[in-house]
Amino acid sequence: MDFTSLSNSISLIKPEVVITITLILLVIFDLIFVKQKSVIPIIALIGLFIAGIFVISDLQQSGFAFSLSGTGSKSGMITADSFGSYFKILIILASILIVFFSYSSNEIQKVTDRLGEYYALIFGMILGMLIMVSSSDLILMYLSMELLSLSSYVLAGFTKLRERNSEASLKYLIYGAVSSGTMLFGISMIYGMTGTTNLNEINLALRHIQINWLTLSFSLILIVAGIGYKISAAPFHFWTPDVYEGAPISITAFLSVASKAAGFALLIRFLKTAFVSDVDMNGTWHLIQVFDWKLLLAILSVLTMTLGNFAALWQDNLKRMLAYSSIAHAGYLLLGVVVMSNIGVEAVLIYFMFYLLMNLGSFYIVMLIANKIGSEDINDYDGLGYASPFLGVSFAIFLVSLTGLPPTAGFVGKFYLFVALLDAKMAALAVIAVLNSVVSLYYYIRVLKHMFLTKPEPAKETIVTPLPNMLFILALLIPILLFGIYFTPVVNFAESCITILGL
Amino acid sequence: MSGFPILSLLTFIPLIGMIVVLLLKKGQEKEVKYVSLIATGLQVILAIILIANFDFTKGGIFDPNTFQFLENYKWIEIFGGSWIGTIKINYIVGADGISAPMILLTAIISFIATLSSWTINKSVKGYFALFLLLDTAMMGVFVSLNFFLFYVFWELMLLPMYFLIGIWGGPRKEYAAIKFFIYTLVGSVFMLLVMIGLYFSATQTLPDGSHAFTFNFFALMNQSNYNTTGILSPLNPHNLRFIAYIFLFIGFAIKIPMFPFHTWLPDAHVEAPTPISVILAGVLLKMGTYGILRISYPIFPQITRELIWYIALFGMINMIYGAFVALAQKDFKKLIAYSSVSHMGYVLLGMASLTTIGINGAIFQMFNHGTITAMLFLIVGVVYDRAHTRGIYEFGGLANQMPVYTGFVTVAFFAAIGLPSLSGFVSEALVFLGAFSVEAIRTVTIISTLAILLGAAYMLWTLQRIFFGELNEKWKSLPDLNGREYAMFIPLMLIIIFLGIYPSPMIHLMNTSVTSLVNFISANSVNLTMSGF
Repeated sequence: MDFTSLSNSISLIKPEVVITITLILLVIFDLIFVKQKSVIPIIALIGLFIAGIFVISDLQQSGFAFSLSGTGSKSGMITADSFGSYFKILIILASILIVFFSYSSNEIQKVTDRLGEYYALIFGMILGMLIMVSSSDLILMYLSMELLSLSSYVLAGFTKLRERNSEASLKYLIYGAVSSGTMLFGISMIYGMTGTTNLNEINLALRHIQINWLTLSFSLILIVAGIGYKISAAPFHFWTPDVYEGAPISITAFLSVASKAAGFALLIRFLKTAFVSDVDMNGTWHLIQVFDWKLLLAILSVLTMTLGNFAALWQDNLKRMLAYSSIAHAGYLLLGVVVMSNIGVEAVLIYFMFYLLMNLGSFYIVMLIANKIGSEDINDYDGLGYASPFLGVSFAIFLVSLTGLPPTAGFVGKFYLFVALLDAKMAALAVIAVLNSVVSLYYYIRVLKHMFLTKPEPAKETIVTPLPNMLFILALLIPILLFGIYFTPVVNFAESCITILGL
Repeated sequence: MSGFPILSLLTFIPLIGMIVVLLLKKGQEKEVKYVSLIATGLQVILAIILIANFDFTKGGIFDPNTFQFLENYKWIEIFGGSWIGTIKINYIVGADGISAPMILLTAIISFIATLSSWTINKSVKGYFALFLLLDTAMMGVFVSLNFFLFYVFWELMLLPMYFLIGIWGGPRKEYAAIKFFIYTLVGSVFMLLVMIGLYFSATQTLPDGSHAFTFNFFALMNQSNYNTTGILSPLNPHNLRFIAYIFLFIGFAIKIPMFPFHTWLPDAHVEAPTPISVILAGVLLKMGTYGILRISYPIFPQITRELIWYIALFGMINMIYGAFVALAQKDFKKLIAYSSVSHMGYVLLGMASLTTIGINGAIFQMFNHGTITAMLFLIVGVVYDRAHTRGIYEFGGLANQMPVYTGFVTVAFFAAIGLPSLSGFVSEALVFLGAFSVEAIRTVTIISTLAILLGAAYMLWTLQRIFFGELNEKWKSLPDLNGREYAMFIPLMLIIIFLGIYPSPMIHLMNTSVTSLVNFISANSVNLTMSGF
C-alpha cells in the first residue's frame, strides 16, 4: 500500500484514531498519576469531544479506507459514509453520557482506585463499536465485535462488589464465546464459497457465481446468530437479563444503547452491502435472490418483541425489567430492518436517537434511586413519587416515552417504524407490533403504579436530588418532550444520513 | 372574529393554568383551586363567545371554507427524499356544527367538575395539574381537523385520567385505572395504524400544484384524492378499507363504550372520584361518537352505508342491555354508570339512521347525556360525601331530610327518563323519529323503544328506594345542599329545562352541518337495498 492511499485511509478514520490515542493516554496517566484519579474522566471527556467534532465535521464523508487492491477500488476494509457517521455520533453521545453516568454512580465510586482501567476498557468498547459501524469486511467485522465483547466481559464484572457481578461476567463470556465461534464458522463458509471476505466483492460474487443455496443459508444463519447475540434478539437473548442485572448499572446502560446500536449498524450494513442488488426510486431495496432475509428477520423481530415484552411483565427487579424491555425494543427496531428500504433505515436511525435518550434516562433514574435506597426492587419504589416528585415525574415521562405515547419522542420513533411498515404494506407485522406496545404499557405503568398509587405507611423520607444530577436528567428529558412535539430536526438529520456506500 | 385564535385559547388556557398551578408553592392549596376555577371559567366565557359568533348557515364537515374560527399553521414540514415524499402536518383547528356543541359541553362540564373538585384535599396540586391537562386534551380532540393532531390529543388524555382515577379513586382504583388505560390504548393503537394507512393512500394538492401525503381530514374525505396503490385506497383492488373501518370503529367504540367493550366503564366510574366521573360521563364518552361522526362517517361513506344495520343493532343492544343491568344494581353509582351505557346506545341508533333528524338527535343526545349524567353523578357524589355509602337499599325517605336536593334529583331523573319539557325528551324523540324513518333499521328501532320503558323503571324505582318511604335513623343528621353544590346544580338544571322547552337554538347550531354530512355520505356512497335483513 502506497503512502497516499494510506494517508487517505487514515483521514477517513480520524475519530477512531482519536479514541485510540485517548485510550493510550488514559493508561499512561493512570500509571503516572496514581493519586489523581479525578483527572481521568476529564481526559476521557476531552477525547470523546474531539472525536465527536471529527465525526460531525466529516459527517457526509464518503470513501473506502484500506483497500487491498489499490486506490479507486470499491473494496475497502472500512467504508466511510453518512450512515456510519450517524451511528458514530450516537455512540459518542452515549459514551459522553456514560462518563457522567459513571461519575454519579455509587458502584463506580467505590472502586475509584481502578478508575483508569475502567475508562481504558470503556474506550476499548468505544473503539470496537466505532469500527463495527463502518467495517465492510467480514474479518474486520469479527475483530471489532471481539474487541467490543472482550472489553465488555471484563466491565460486566468490574466492581466485584456482588456475586452477581462475577456471574454476569462469566455468563456473558461463555455465551459470547459460543456466538462468536458460530459467527466465525459462518464467515469461513462464506469465504469458502465466494473467495473473499469483502462485503462488496461478496455482493458481486453472489450475483454471478452459482452458489449452493443450502450451504449459503446455513452460513448466513450462523452469522445472524452472532449478530443477533450482540443486539440481543430472540432466541439469542438469554444472556441479556442476567448480564444487565449483574453488571454495574452504568455498563448495563451502555450495553443497552451503544452496543445495541453498533450491532444494528453492522447488521444493516452487512445486509445492504452484500445482498442488495439495487435500490429503486421509492427507496425499496431489491435483494439478490439467494436468501429470504425478510422472512428470517420478520420471525426474529416478532419473536424478540413478544418474548421481551411478555417476560418483562413478571419482573420485580427494575434493572431486569429494563433489560427485557430493551430486548423488546430490539424487536421493534428489527421491524425497520425487515422492510428493507431507505425509509426503514431512516426509521431505525430516528428510533435509536430517541431510544438513547429515554433508555439512558430510565437507567440513570434507577441508578440514582438505587444509590439512595439501595434497591432495584419494584416493591421498594412504593410512594417514591411523593418522596421525590422530580425523580418520579421524570421517570414517568421516560417510561411513557418507552411505551410510545404522544407527546413524547418515543411516539415519534414508533410512528416512523409503523410508517415504514405500512409503506411496505406489511400490515400484519404492524398489528403485531402495536399489540406488543399495549403489552409493554402494563409493565411500564406498573412502575408508575408503585411510585404514585401506593403510599406506604409511614411515608418515605424525602429524597433530595443534587443539582448536577437534576441537570443531567433534564438534559435527557427536555429533548424527549421537545422532539415529541416538534421532530423535524431529528427526522431531517436522519434523512440526510441514510447513505450506505456500496456497489 | 377573524384572526382571534379563540379555539387555540380554548384548548391551551387549561395548559397555562396547569403551568401556573405547578409553579405555586406547596401549601397554597386555595390558590391552586382558584387558578383552576379561573382557567375553566375563562373557557366557559370563550365557549359562549364562540357560540354567540357562530354562523349557523355554514356547514363545515368536508369543506374548509365553511369551517369557522379556522386556524391553520405550519407545524411539521419535512421535505423527504423521493421515497417518502413531503411530510406536512399542519396545526389546523376549526369548529362546525358537530364540534360546537361538544366544545360548549366540554367547557361547561370542566367548570362544574372544578367546582365539584373543591372537596379534594389529597395532593391538591397534582390533582389540579392533571385535571387541567386532561381538560386541554379533551378540548383538543374536539377542535382538531388533522388526524395527527387529533391522535396526539386523544392519547394525551390517557395518562392524566389514569392518575386521576388511580390516585384519587376508591378502594379498587388501581384495577380500574389500569383497565381503563389498557382498553383505551388497544383501541387507539389500531387507530394509529389506520391513520398511517390513510396517510399513504391519499394525497393533498398543495398551493404550488405539487402533491403531498396528508393527515388532513378534508383531504382524506375527498374520495378523488386517493391514489391507486395506497393500502387503504378504494381504487386498490386489495384494499383493506373494510378491515380498517372495523379497527377504527372499535377504537371509538371502546370509548363510547359500546357493548361488548363497555366493561371498563362501570369499574372506572365506581372507583373514580365524583368530579372525574362527571368528566368521564360528561365529556370522555362523547369522544367515541364524535370520532365516528367526524372521521369514520365522512372518510368511509360507502362502508358506513353498508354497515348501518349493525351500528343500529349495537345501539339497540347497548340501550337494552345497559338498562337491564342498571335495573339489577344495588350501588347507586354503578346504576348511573350502566344508565350511561344505555343512553349512549340512543346516540348510536340515531347515528345509524343516516338521516338529518336522526343525527341531529344523536348529537343533541350527546349534549344532553353530558349534562344530565354529569348531574346524576354529582347527585351520587353529594349523598356519598355525606353518608359515605352508595348502597341504594341503605337509604330511604331522604326527601324529607333533604328536600332541595330531592328536587334537583327529581328533575335530573325525569330528564334521564325522557319526560317531555326536559331536554332528554327532545333528543330521544329525534333519535327515534330519525331511526324509524329508515326502513332498513325499523325493526331494530321498534325493539329499542323497550329501553324507554326500562329506563323509567330503574330510575323511578331508585327514586322510590332512596328518597321515599321510611327515613333510616342513621341519616337523621344529613344536611341539605350548600352554596357550592347549588352552584353546580343550578346551571345544569337550567340548561336541561331550557333545552327541553326551547330546543331550537341547539338544533339550529348543528342542523346545517348535519345536513351537509348526510348529503356528503349519500353523494359518496351507493345505496344498497337492505331488504335482506
